[in-house]
Amino acid sequence: MLRAFVTLAFVIIFNFFLFRMLPGDPIGLYARGRNQDPEQLVELRRALNKPLLEQFLTYLRNPFDSTIDSTRFSRPVWEMIGERVWPTLLLLGTAILLASLIGIWVGIRAGWKPGGRFDRMSTGTTLILYSMPEFWLGMMLLIVFSVGVFGIPGMFPVGGIASPGADTSSPMGWLNVLWHLVLPCTTLVLIYLADYALVMRASLIDERKQEYLTLARAKGLRDTSVRKRHAVPNALLPTVTLIFLSLGFVVTGAITVETVFSWPGLGLLTYEALRGPDIPLLQAIFLMFSIAVIAANLLAELLYVIFDPRVRS
Amino acid sequence: MTLLQFRDLWVDYSSSAGNVPAVRGVTLDVAAGETLGIAGESGCGKTTLASAVLRLLPENAQVRGEVLLDGVDTLTMKWGRLRAVRWSQAAIVFQGALHALNPVQRIGDQIAEPIRLHQTVPDKQIGARVGELLTQVGLPASRAKSYPHQLSGGQRQRVMIAMALACKPALIIADEPTTALDVMVQAQVLDLLTGLVRDLGTGPDRGMGMILISHDLGVLGTTCDRIAVMYAGQIIESGPALEIFDNPKHPYTRALAAAFPRIGDPAARYAPTGLPGDPPYPGDLPTGCAFHPRCPIAAPACKLGAPALIEVAPHRTAACYKVDQ
Repeated sequence: MLRAFVTLAFVIIFNFFLFRMLPGDPIGLYARGRNQDPEQLVELRRALNKPLLEQFLTYLRNPFDSTIDSTRFSRPVWEMIGERVWPTLLLLGTAILLASLIGIWVGIRAGWKPGGRFDRMSTGTTLILYSMPEFWLGMMLLIVFSVGVFGIPGMFPVGGIASPGADTSSPMGWLNVLWHLVLPCTTLVLIYLADYALVMRASLIDERKQEYLTLARAKGLRDTSVRKRHAVPNALLPTVTLIFLSLGFVVTGAITVETVFSWPGLGLLTYEALRGPDIPLLQAIFLMFSIAVIAANLLAELLYVIFDPRVRS
Repeated sequence: MTLLQFRDLWVDYSSSAGNVPAVRGVTLDVAAGETLGIAGESGCGKTTLASAVLRLLPENAQVRGEVLLDGVDTLTMKWGRLRAVRWSQAAIVFQGALHALNPVQRIGDQIAEPIRLHQTVPDKQIGARVGELLTQVGLPASRAKSYPHQLSGGQRQRVMIAMALACKPALIIADEPTTALDVMVQAQVLDLLTGLVRDLGTGPDRGMGMILISHDLGVLGTTCDRIAVMYAGQIIESGPALEIFDNPKHPYTRALAAAFPRIGDPAARYAPTGLPGDPPYPGDLPTGCAFHPRCPIAAPACKLGAPALIEVAPHRTAACYKVDQ
């Protein structure tokens, strides 16, 4: 708990200096394509070129200041983040849920009989999926299922979260969003399920050697009961923790996949901000992601305390 | 009535380096209500022999011969029948209770599991039965709510004993039940185990038999009815416990007995003996009698042929050419 706050404090401070080191001219960007009075530009530059310490203190007073504007979109950054956070939560939430359920199931089947047919097939497949870059897999799915090749009809939309003009508050609109969700979500699920399946498999193989499983067999339990009641509950502990710890990497996946599918979430916003570079916006997104990762790690620790009686006492 | 019979049992472990024989033709009986001690150094095949009873050997083990439990061969039994026999007819007290108990399950649930599975008492009475078992092994019934890590080593071993008694099996296999404990606790746990097997065994329904595996011949001599000594996967001597300990015939048994001298015995005190060399690697056994390279009285003939296990006195067998000389 304390460690989480120390990390947060460090991130807040580091976040400030990191973006001060970025090259680029925010004023030039702001004024690009506009008919700006040169004197006004000088005035603006003076406002932005305050001493670093003064800037830092202003920032520290409220890192979540709602009056800071994006240099590219001229809108408060936290307002933009507030809009974009929901599509990302929908995409990542669905993807992680599906990936962990399928991944754990595959890991259990493969790890219980290592070297068996299912294991050889699934480990080969998951290793291939695991080593694929998200953007590449996303583009391949896009080409095959959205553009359509070899006579496969384009079944899914190329991008976006909903068709233009669709009313997303009606049930039909939800289906429309779901339809748009399929491809980006599948991309993330395929890649993360590989990760989770491999972790669950390794964890179960470790448990298989434990003597308490011999005891469970000696008691006369069926093989499936030995697995369900004894092996899996123990093997799940490290896996669940790893799933939560992996959320940090899922964020990076969100950036590439949202960009490929033009999914209007925080990932795509990051990409748009980077092209500027839109420093206030980047700084806010960075802070947002850091808080999400710290919260996920904290949740992983708390879950371990709930699930593992050895940590509890 | 014979409770358990090993009939010419062979167990090989196949590995990438070839077959490693762990048990080589063991024939041995345990009578109902009898406590049989199996003695021998690490790696002599005692644990493999014990695991074979309930077919709990690892997948790379190849088994030949017969293991008759109440007259039925467990090695060829159908899986469903075998599962029904496991724990209800023969239960095991494992060596290290820390690893043999499930770390994330309450011990009460772990003790109740075989009772529920084999339905030895109605479901409603399982909780009471678990409490009764815990009391029998000297733990408060409230301990049922504890997790294994909250107990000491001795307490965990008591839980293992309670678990083994749960379905009132006819046979208990205790595989070095006290080696992981410190000396004072060892004596307590051993007394508890042998006491419970004796007391519960004299009930009207049936006698409880036990196989007690140990490397400590002294412990076996005082707690068992009979002892079988194993070396390199074979029985090399067997007979009534005290006779084996007091008057060993085989030179290996003599060395084992001398390694745990009786306190106050002047002969042992002035002539402390150990055994030179290490036990042979099962994959690379010497020719002839497997013991001859370490044997103080080995003759040339011992290198050529392996002596058979023969009766050397009433109720006593030994496998040594020089046993009567």
